[in-house]
Amino acid sequence: MGILEVKGVNKRFGGLQALGDVNLSVKENTCHAIIGPNGAGKSTLLNCLVGKLIPDSGSVMFDGNSVLGRKPHEINQMGISRVFQTPEIFGDLTVFENVMIPCFAKRDGAFRMHAYERTDNETDIVDKAERMLDEVNMLEKRDIVASSLSRGDKRRLEMAMCLSQKPKLLLLDEPTAGMARADTNNTIDLLKTIKAKGDVTLCIIEHDMHVVFSLADRITVLAQGTPLVEDIPENIKGHPKVREAYLGEAEV
Amino acid sequence: MTDQTTHTPAGATTTRKTRETSGILGLKGRDITLMVIVLILTMAAPILLNPFPADSSLAQFNAGYPDLMQRFVIFGIFAIGFNILFGLTGYLSFGHAAFLGVGSYATVWMFKLLNYNILPGLVLSVIVAALFSVLIGYISLRRSGIYFSILTLAFAQMSFALAYSVLTPITNGETGLQVYTSDPQYLQSAGAPDMPHLFGVTMRATETIEIGAWSFTFNFGYYVCAIIMLAAFYMAIRIFRSPFGMMLRAVKSNQQRLNYTGVNPRPYTLAAFVISGMYAGLAGGLMASMDPLAGAERMQWTASGEVVLMTILGGAGTLIGPVLGAGLIKYFENIFSKINDGVLHQWFAFMPDGIEDLLVTIVHPFVGKGWHLTLGLMFMLVVIFLPGGLVEGGQRIATVFRRDRKATNVEDAAAKKRNAK
Repeated sequence: MGILEVKGVNKRFGGLQALGDVNLSVKENTCHAIIGPNGAGKSTLLNCLVGKLIPDSGSVMFDGNSVLGRKPHEINQMGISRVFQTPEIFGDLTVFENVMIPCFAKRDGAFRMHAYERTDNETDIVDKAERMLDEVNMLEKRDIVASSLSRGDKRRLEMAMCLSQKPKLLLLDEPTAGMARADTNNTIDLLKTIKAKGDVTLCIIEHDMHVVFSLADRITVLAQGTPLVEDIPENIKGHPKVREAYLGEAEV
Repeated sequence: MTDQTTHTPAGATTTRKTRETSGILGLKGRDITLMVIVLILTMAAPILLNPFPADSSLAQFNAGYPDLMQRFVIFGIFAIGFNILFGLTGYLSFGHAAFLGVGSYATVWMFKLLNYNILPGLVLSVIVAALFSVLIGYISLRRSGIYFSILTLAFAQMSFALAYSVLTPITNGETGLQVYTSDPQYLQSAGAPDMPHLFGVTMRATETIEIGAWSFTFNFGYYVCAIIMLAAFYMAIRIFRSPFGMMLRAVKSNQQRLNYTGVNPRPYTLAAFVISGMYAGLAGGLMASMDPLAGAERMQWTASGEVVLMTILGGAGTLIGPVLGAGLIKYFENIFSKINDGVLHQWFAFMPDGIEDLLVTIVHPFVGKGWHLTLGLMFMLVVIFLPGGLVEGGQRIATVFRRDRKATNVEDAAAKKRNAK
């Protein structure tokens, strides 16, 4: 029994079957990659996990509880954090405030009327945010407005924001999309460090096979909304079905 | 990532030092300066706003008379509250005048039922405005952007129409709600004044001091409003600097990220909406306290638009901006509008007749009844060139000066070095 159990999930957009009977089981504290050609339904699946979309049928269980019908912020409070394809950060706020917000969310829950406190008097939050920023080597940028960061820094900041909540499951939607090689390698290193600590489950959607094969413990290949195979990376590389899905039948 | 890590990151020591410097009443650094400046400005307003001798031709630019000064601070409160919603969360309400009107009605009702002491009226105006804004906010905040604005506008116009017609027993319709001699006033004691007062001192109590050619008017009502505005301003600073305020700014910045960070934006925006509604109710209550009359037109959409203008003109999302904007608009409305052709002719009298008439014709549309035109032009200029409002303008000027000073400092240092050699 994995920490994330997806059973028989279907999702239809009008005439398009985006997801057809998807089953997925992610074991705790492992790194599970979902790959597949464009339009395979990877992002739809992810959106079903975080509450952005509600599947037409099937069940999604996280840590023994169903996530279906819950709002995104409730699902996050259950322990699922998400990194977006294009970094979603609070652009108008400083880097430091960006990291403080998830710390507050973790400590105080979905809402707390702390209007009489001073933000910089919340010592535990300030310390935690500083430690997080230090971990991603961004402490010297703490007072910069986040929108002026480089793409790579935005991604690192977003990771720091997600990690500061100590999620049980971290969902990554193409974390290296559009990145330069050096930035990609930095991200891989960062993810490897996270993984090495062994206290978070990673679920990663990725196009870059280099990233996938350097991180994943197991890989699910998705094509046209259905999982083709699920196996360890070594077996996926040469799998005929996978080559078919990616390259077309003529190549086989 | 683990909480047990003991290493201290570089830079932590410096922040800890700043954290130790204790503030006054929970304010620190620049906030204290700001608060002191506002304190001095409001307390000395009767003097500062009357810079011209009473019988000089410029005396018409004096704004230091009680009625206008009261309006400055009352609309200041209104705008400070509006800014908590619009400036922090970015939700643009077009219906805040409804809360202003509700606050006025509540206060006048307290006058009618209890007595002319303004305290119960002000308390009730805030409570009623809070309840009313919970209702309107709860429904309107289900949408964002333009749909939110339209919903609030619709609610305010509905309230206006109701106050004007169906709710006449409560609002006294077109005539406006006022106190009649037949009203019960259960708590009115024999010796108490029959006009709004605070524990016996009437709002109209005024002391005029003549110094040379100048005359300064110190009005009790103004100082009541000013002290309440200072409290309102102080609370706004505290909200801005609190985690709650940070969450509100996060709502404006990226609601999607906030959702996926485990925070529910809805109660935050509702709280901001209710707080700003309470500010508006308080402002309405004060209006009725200065002049015990409440009319439905106070709820009309033009009044809602006015506070939007004030906030944007001064600088949405800044602390002092809304107060500046409120002051500027009220100054224009009351002073600029008084400049008529007669005054213009007087000004340009030194010119040859033809040119004098020409100048008067040119300037005429911008002053007097045309003051809206000047305000509109100014608003356009601010929005185009200073999106951060007047505060941004001030900051830009400040940076220019600072750069100059730095430059001269560097030059001085270089000169000293040369001389030393």
